[in-house]
Amino acid sequence: MNAEQTILLTGVFAASSCALVGSFLVLRKMAMMADAISHAILPGLVLAYFLANGPNLVFGVLGASLAGLTTVFLVEGLQRTGRVKSDAAIGIVFPALFALGTFMISRYFANVHLDADAVLFGEIAFAPFDRLIVAGVDYGSQPMIVLGAITVLNLALILFFYKELKVATFDPGLAAAIGFSPVMLHYGLMTAVSMTTVGAFSAVGAILVVALMIVPAATAYLLTDRLALMIGLSVGSGVVSAVSGYYLAVLIDVSISGMMTVTAGALFGLAALFSPSHGLVARAIRRSKLRERFAADLLVMHLSHHRTAAETFDSLAAELNWSPSWLERVVNRSTQEDTIQVESEAVRLTDNGRLAADRIAASLEPAR
Amino acid sequence: MDSEEALDRLPVAVRDLTVAYRDTPVLWDVDVSMPEGKMIAIVGPNGAGKSTLIKSILNLVPLTSGNVTIYGKTYKAQRSMVGYVPQRGSVDWDFPTTTLDVVQMGMYGKLGWIRRPGKRERDVALECLEKVGMASYANRQISQLSGGQQQRVFLARALAQDAQIYFMDEPFAGVDATTERAIVDIMRELRESGKTLVVVHHNLETVPEYFDWVILLNVRVIASGPVEEVFTREAIQKAYGGRMTFLPDSVGEPSGPLRRAESLGD
Ligand SMILES: Nc1ncnc2c1ncn2[C@@H]1O[C@H](COP(=O)(O)OP(=O)(O)OP(=O)(O)O)[C@@H](O)[C@H]1O
Ligand SMILES: [Mg+2]
Repeated sequence: MNAEQTILLTGVFAASSCALVGSFLVLRKMAMMADAISHAILPGLVLAYFLANGPNLVFGVLGASLAGLTTVFLVEGLQRTGRVKSDAAIGIVFPALFALGTFMISRYFANVHLDADAVLFGEIAFAPFDRLIVAGVDYGSQPMIVLGAITVLNLALILFFYKELKVATFDPGLAAAIGFSPVMLHYGLMTAVSMTTVGAFSAVGAILVVALMIVPAATAYLLTDRLALMIGLSVGSGVVSAVSGYYLAVLIDVSISGMMTVTAGALFGLAALFSPSHGLVARAIRRSKLRERFAADLLVMHLSHHRTAAETFDSLAAELNWSPSWLERVVNRSTQEDTIQVESEAVRLTDNGRLAADRIAASLEPAR
Repeated sequence: MDSEEALDRLPVAVRDLTVAYRDTPVLWDVDVSMPEGKMIAIVGPNGAGKSTLIKSILNLVPLTSGNVTIYGKTYKAQRSMVGYVPQRGSVDWDFPTTTLDVVQMGMYGKLGWIRRPGKRERDVALECLEKVGMASYANRQISQLSGGQQQRVFLARALAQDAQIYFMDEPFAGVDATTERAIVDIMRELRESGKTLVVVHHNLETVPEYFDWVILLNVRVIASGPVEEVFTREAIQKAYGGRMTFLPDSVGEPSGPLRRAESLGD
């Protein structure tokens, strides 16, 4: 496997593993918790480094997961006191843990070179050179293998516990009542989030890992009303971001992980604008269509109420308080619908228009 | 009636129950029995602890003291006999799922861990939606439902749980008269088939019409028993304290203009 393929595959695994758990974070309104975990795992990593006497994969994952769970536990403990809201609790806990991590590094590992850029942004371009070597055998790129394994684990978690996670997210009260402990599922999910964060951390850094968890899931949430599809689309948009982000970065020679995140953001922007169900454009079109429909109905009703006097454009514009151009548009539409006709300035209902007026009046009665 | 055998036949027995979220008790030394095959109203002012009583029976909040039995055993052992309709506002109606899927959630408990719902579950869910008159909404996204429709869907989900005892937290909140009728009819049907229904209810004037049994609650149990015996002016006055300015005139004596109890909802 060449370097390019390794980097691409690492990116794809990072994006998929993040998107899988990210969907549930978004639905549980826990995006900020992902941010907190990504920073708070630092002391866990340092502790692991200390215990294992150097960088060690297994210790690293365990240490970081422990730190991640500690974060969740502390944040929720603070919340339970009732005087600290969830955002404040997150704001208190993760800087404290992050500071503890930096303190430990400067106190005990002053000689270890810690690159701030690498922590914040990661360097996926180094993925091919970081080898997983066990007993002298080179198994391949370590970040790629780790992220691949985490993707499989996350996928298994969601496949096996799909209905449990769904009901515990939608209605924790029911989940608890029927015996699916929401607390257990919550901490299970948070363990997965912590592990995914450590795994993706080395490839894309602490900030971007949050982006990969939240942005594709938020994009998918704009596109569909079905949970399974949302998870699929979330993974899809994450993978597209990773692959196209890589090629764009190579093309214009910028940070690969940065470009992946930018692409994810761009996809979100596109979804926010053009999603057929929740997009701004679709909503604007729907609203303007409704407005015209409503105006046409109003015109028909108005004419049917004022049957005796002949209405002209001017009298209509004055009575309805509409601008001449809007009135013309509505009149044109209604003429096309054959509900009114215009003869030398006078606007009248057609027979069809009178029927339409009756229909509209009937539809205004509360239905039973 | 306190003998072991009697307890076995009692759908719900609450003994010396005290619950405190923080330092002040929300429920204080609650002692009630709920008889089988009855429609039971839990009535009391906002913050009286009605939802908390249901939640403590369902093991959803930690008990400070006391115990609860369902047909003589712990809730954990009897889980499958119990159906639950939470307050409608307690879930996120923007969740990406369909009406039919929400109803199927009622059967997750019987399915157990990991097993997925299949065709049988789908059919049962559709049947339950049919019963509440919502079959044509099966594939609707739940955010498109009105408040009354949401309540019907929750009821359908409880039906799908196929329980012996149902706990419903304010099933009539924010529904119109037609929907209220429909819900009451379904409740009565359930009672006819021997189920027990425990319902948090806010409208005092309909208590005598809908319910057989009433528990008047305000942190403590003020009164508990058959409606005609314990649902008196005096007991209501006591449960609502000074907050209750109007009383349904039908209580204790016949007819007269009816007034609604103060119920600001949650
Ligand atoms: N999770 C909680 N943490 C702290 N206090 C709580 C919690 N839930 C309820 N309480 C308090 O417990 C008391 C009883 O609440 P509960 O929800 O049981 O009342 P209720 O009788 O159902 O009221 P309502 O008619 O408004 O639904 C209230 O004073 C409430 O503030
Ligand atoms: Mg309540």
